[in-house]
Amino acid sequence: MVGIVGYGSYLPRYRIKVEDIAKQWGADPEAIKRGLMLYEKTVPGQDEDTITISVEAARYALQRARINPQEIGAVYIGSESHPYAVKPSATVLIDAVGIGPDVHVASFEFACKAGTEAMYVAYSLVKAGEMKYAMGIGADTSQGAPGDALEYSASAGGAAFIMGNENVVAEILFTHSYTSDTPDFWRREHEFYPRHAGRFTGEPAYFKHIVNAGKALLEKSKMKPSDFKHAVFHMPNGKFPQMAGRQLGFTKEQLEAGWIIPWMGNTYSGSSPTGLTAILDVANPGDLIFMVSFGSGAGSDGFIFKVTDKIKDVQDKAVKLRDMLDNNKIYLDYGQYAKYRGKIILNV
Amino acid sequence: MITPRYHREIPQRYRLEAGKCQKCGEVSFPPRLVCPNCKSQEFETVRLNDEGKLLTYTIIRVASDKFFGTTPFAVGIVELNDGVKLTTQIADVDFDQLKIGQKVKLVFRKIQDEGKSGLHCYGYKAVLV
Repeated sequence: MVGIVGYGSYLPRYRIKVEDIAKQWGADPEAIKRGLMLYEKTVPGQDEDTITISVEAARYALQRARINPQEIGAVYIGSESHPYAVKPSATVLIDAVGIGPDVHVASFEFACKAGTEAMYVAYSLVKAGEMKYAMGIGADTSQGAPGDALEYSASAGGAAFIMGNENVVAEILFTHSYTSDTPDFWRREHEFYPRHAGRFTGEPAYFKHIVNAGKALLEKSKMKPSDFKHAVFHMPNGKFPQMAGRQLGFTKEQLEAGWIIPWMGNTYSGSSPTGLTAILDVANPGDLIFMVSFGSGAGSDGFIFKVTDKIKDVQDKAVKLRDMLDNNKIYLDYGQYAKYRGKIILNV
Repeated sequence: MITPRYHREIPQRYRLEAGKCQKCGEVSFPPRLVCPNCKSQEFETVRLNDEGKLLTYTIIRVASDKFFGTTPFAVGIVELNDGVKLTTQIADVDFDQLKIGQKVKLVFRKIQDEGKSGLHCYGYKAVLV
């Protein structure tokens, strides 16, 4: 049995409300909240980035896994906001949490699905017998250009998963990936903000890839949507995952536990992975979880998890996602937000 | 903070590694070559507890150029649960909430950047529990 032996997530404390962003650009906040089903988003502190978020999530994952970090043979971090263009984020992480130096690390990038890429490779290496444990992380401090629709959703957070084959809390039963050249969203070298193709990001990109990966996963597993207790899909806004779920045959109730976007925003590579941690925080032994990520460019990774009776031993060993989401918030106005996100040119 | 110094201090800044005197048990952070208590030179490496309490603090409103744009921020002296005291920034805090004796936890944060193209330098900061 190979699957998740420890998991952890991390969200910054800072938030900005849709009203504060809309006010800056003369937009109607009610229309945006209605259209995106989004009310506020997380904002990284000035001293937070993909590396610090990954370290905190990894520490929580280790608290739950209760393993010797030295036994972890690989660490992969998926993000589209790695602090360095050249220097893998996980080089810092392994020294911070006491992994290695006998360890394989890499930075992954695939828009919003880099986190599930990291999870998939970590899982595959353990399944192949190459190592006892491997860690896959999805984390981002995502960028949205001032005034762009993405500015309302691009947020910060991440989740870490330790894969192994002893004391598994959620077994991975099936996986499936679906990928094509679909230019819905990109960021060129040296550009600060990504570009996107507006409504083209919906039907031919997000929905096509999630639905096809989801259908293939159901066919491969010979399962039906009603078999699952929970489902989570990539959450670029509140509406898309609900629509994708409906197209595949899932109900709103099945999405509820992992549907954290309205108060978190889109954490990009951390989106569906943080949703998965919110589900694992409340899951019961025997629950089946259906998960499909989406990364622009474009592709989707699908997973089917079966929760084991070990889950109850680890849920309270570290802070839960909903606790970070609902408590200890510090709200910023747009001026503070612009400063925190480096949107102001300084004369230094 | 130049690269060799940053690299040399990673065990302390990332993992809170201290030196525990094998003769008298005195814990030194950062580690020392000679125990200030018994003058022994035999140490074992221990990791400090990451929780403690705030002994004192101040608010920095005018900082050096490297911290321009991050003021005002709080700096305090924290006594960790194993007795070691250290100076650190206090992150994510409304200054009105700061009180001597409050419980804090050390978290992993970016301390400074070496300019626009240099190293990101990471280490510990305290947050209120």
